[in-house]
Amino acid sequence: MTTGLIEHAPVERDLKPRKRPRPKALNTLSAVVVLALALPLVFLLFEASDAGVANVWHIIWRSYTATLFWNTIRLTVVVTVLCAIIGTLCAYCVERTDLPGRHVWAVLVVVPFAIPDFVVSFGWSSLFPWVSGYHGAVLVMTLAVYPLVYLPVAASLRGADTSQEEIARSLGASRLSTFFRITIGQARRAILGGCLLVALVILAEYGAFEILGYQTFTTEIFSEFSVGFDTASACALSLVLVVLSLVVLVGESSVNGGRFGARVGMGSSRPQLRRPLGRAKFPVLAGFATLVGGALGLPIASAIYWMTQGRSDAIAGVSLAGAAGYTALYSASAALLSTLMALPVALLVVRNPTRFHRLLSKTTFLVLAMPGLVVALALSYFSEQHANGFGYQSAPMLIFAYALMFFPLALVGVRASIAQASVGLEEVATSLGVPRSRVLLRITLPLVAPGLGAAFCLVFLSAVTELTATLILIPTGVQTLATQFWAYQTNLSFGQAAPFALVIIAVAAIPAYLLGRFFDRLPAHRGSANVPSLMT
Amino acid sequence: MSELEVKGLRKAYDTQSVLEDLDLTVEAGSFVSILGPSGSGKTTLLRVIAGFDRADQGTVRLHGQIVDDESHFVESAQRRIGYVPQDGSLFPHLSVQANVGFGLARKDRHGKRVLQLLEMVGLEGFAQRYPHELSGGQQQRVALARGLAIEPSLVLLDEPFSSLDASLRAAVRRDVRRVLKESGTTAILVTHDQDEALSLADQVAIIRDGRIRQCAAPSHLYAKPATPELAREFGNSNFINGVANAGAVETSIGVLELEDSSFLEGSVRDGAKLLVLVRPEQIVLSHNLHDGRATARVLETEFYGHDAVVKLRATSSESLLLSARTPNPIQLPHVDDEVCVEVLGPVIAWPRDDDNK
Repeated sequence: MTTGLIEHAPVERDLKPRKRPRPKALNTLSAVVVLALALPLVFLLFEASDAGVANVWHIIWRSYTATLFWNTIRLTVVVTVLCAIIGTLCAYCVERTDLPGRHVWAVLVVVPFAIPDFVVSFGWSSLFPWVSGYHGAVLVMTLAVYPLVYLPVAASLRGADTSQEEIARSLGASRLSTFFRITIGQARRAILGGCLLVALVILAEYGAFEILGYQTFTTEIFSEFSVGFDTASACALSLVLVVLSLVVLVGESSVNGGRFGARVGMGSSRPQLRRPLGRAKFPVLAGFATLVGGALGLPIASAIYWMTQGRSDAIAGVSLAGAAGYTALYSASAALLSTLMALPVALLVVRNPTRFHRLLSKTTFLVLAMPGLVVALALSYFSEQHANGFGYQSAPMLIFAYALMFFPLALVGVRASIAQASVGLEEVATSLGVPRSRVLLRITLPLVAPGLGAAFCLVFLSAVTELTATLILIPTGVQTLATQFWAYQTNLSFGQAAPFALVIIAVAAIPAYLLGRFFDRLPAHRGSANVPSLMT
Repeated sequence: MSELEVKGLRKAYDTQSVLEDLDLTVEAGSFVSILGPSGSGKTTLLRVIAGFDRADQGTVRLHGQIVDDESHFVESAQRRIGYVPQDGSLFPHLSVQANVGFGLARKDRHGKRVLQLLEMVGLEGFAQRYPHELSGGQQQRVALARGLAIEPSLVLLDEPFSSLDASLRAAVRRDVRRVLKESGTTAILVTHDQDEALSLADQVAIIRDGRIRQCAAPSHLYAKPATPELAREFGNSNFINGVANAGAVETSIGVLELEDSSFLEGSVRDGAKLLVLVRPEQIVLSHNLHDGRATARVLETEFYGHDAVVKLRATSSESLLLSARTPNPIQLPHVDDEVCVEVLGPVIAWPRDDDNK
């Protein structure tokens, strides 16, 4: 790719564009990644064919499926809408208003992202038994996942050009109308992207619903698998769940128009003007306090409370440090693997939006529609039934499963940062006589490094707080923080479970804090250096 | 040998044709402006020359070597063309020194060469700064130094001054031209700014709708524009209808000497209808009315100090309005005066549309 390529194309006089050297290595790497991502789906289809198509079809049309469907859908819709509102408002207040202590809030509203949904759920329901069922699920899930909307929206508001708002105001639009037409418009893609993640998380959630006694597809699949070892049922419900997730995905990408590509020039950015909150200051502060209290304060307080209650009927378990070690090891490995996998795909999707690469990026989306539970079941089923137990309940398989499940998170981070590193900069670099491979190292990588770090943190964080797939794939005799917590919690040994919950929060808080800092500092570091436009 | 030779270049994005059969030759050591409105294909042309894009058809040669045709394509990294983009495109994570030294071998990146370049663009002492700590003009100069660091034989400047404010622009322009002349580098400047193109370049190439319409020295563009449209664009023009007759042209303001130029492609047969260009400076006014000399009535005068413009209506043809620039505004005629009109020097002319073969 670095030599002056000579291609012997037939000399013909048509207006077909001449071939340019293709990034072959990238293509190959991406293809490998896509194949890996497709494995769980392929395995799931294996599972379905083993169980018998007629059998699976029959299970799908049971009336119980309809109940699960209704439970899952209404929760997903309500929580997604709530998260969109809360996440967007928080982001606006932090990024665009003179909210007192906004740097502290910017971190505090993100930290709940580090608290696993099942810990929030445990915190609320162990203290307040009335937090259960549908309403409990709405409350707990909203508090647990709104940062998924907050994070991208805050980032996009930060990057957006405030002069557009000034222009709108100068054209006579009211503040409210400017907010809806310009600010929300600028953040639209981020909001929709966040909503997509929220919906998918809820479709995939298991632990929180199990604690709250709320039946969804995942809880049912899990019990079919672990109690009944009913492959056909688990598989059938998994298929429905995957289809549901696909519908969400397709819906989001059709609303979003599937537009990718680097942002077109922002010009030189000026310090953003912050809107004074005025009399709204105290209500807004109270809102932030309530939110952070519910999402962060209460779960922690609850865990501390149960710790002080002493241990009643203690059951055997592993040490905190041992579990934390395994959690960190598995999560870090998965984060590394996932980020590395995302790099070639993101480069291709952002840089070479040809039809092939668009297809490729759509394929990677498929994995988004694969809840962790389904991925874990498919992997373990295939290894047991078709690969003589190869890799079954081994650390590499767990890490691989994590990497697949959280690949989309890594891709989002890497893609955003690659969009930051403009093609124009690389072109200039190659014109200076530096070969493409070196440009990648000297320009692209340093520019995307913060984004890669963010991607790593995102995956690490998610893996630390992952429960469902871990329960299925954990190597025999090993406990992570999440599985040991779960064992105690299931046994109602709240006093013993609580320390594990706190350590999970502590371990996950580190990357969450880094993420918050990353998003908080993004433009301050890069802002005034002009972001060049994509030239055509 | 020409530094750059572009022949029959075509480039389309999707179905939108951007460059059509474009030819351009740039001699070594010259400074060529490519002047055209936005959307005329200027930037696309630069991108093809730089090797960021591949041509659909045609040939690009750099000092005689083919870098882009049907069967060859040389990557931009091998072309050694300095490229200075519109916004500077400095690498935001690198210091000024590292930016300038980017294309150099590792051992030279901290050497004297980088400092010399910075001195050349007037930015000594800025080596350790980062791009966001520089003003727009400084960024632009760093970008130029970076492009020149690899000692390119050709530098492409993509509207590098358009993002600067007016006061800065003139200074940076001057510096850039000086630096380029000092280093003897061939340069191509893309711009939509006529003043910029005319004042900086040795040669100006007019690009319209993906073709080069004319490529000539600025004075030549003024004196001998290729088409009436280009004549209108470069300065004020009087267009007068005339009829060819024995190497001259008969008009309502007299018989004018025809420039023996290539515009009329071959000999003009007598009786051919022509469109004649008379620049305002070519019209001399006097109060001495002679028999046989054309006359005109003064409609209005515009006084500019160093010169003045006189608007006239020809006596012989009521519909013919003329504009004359007189370098001696002290003896300005008055409105409604009848003055004698004389055209100095040969004129150029084109076959008139209704007489085209």
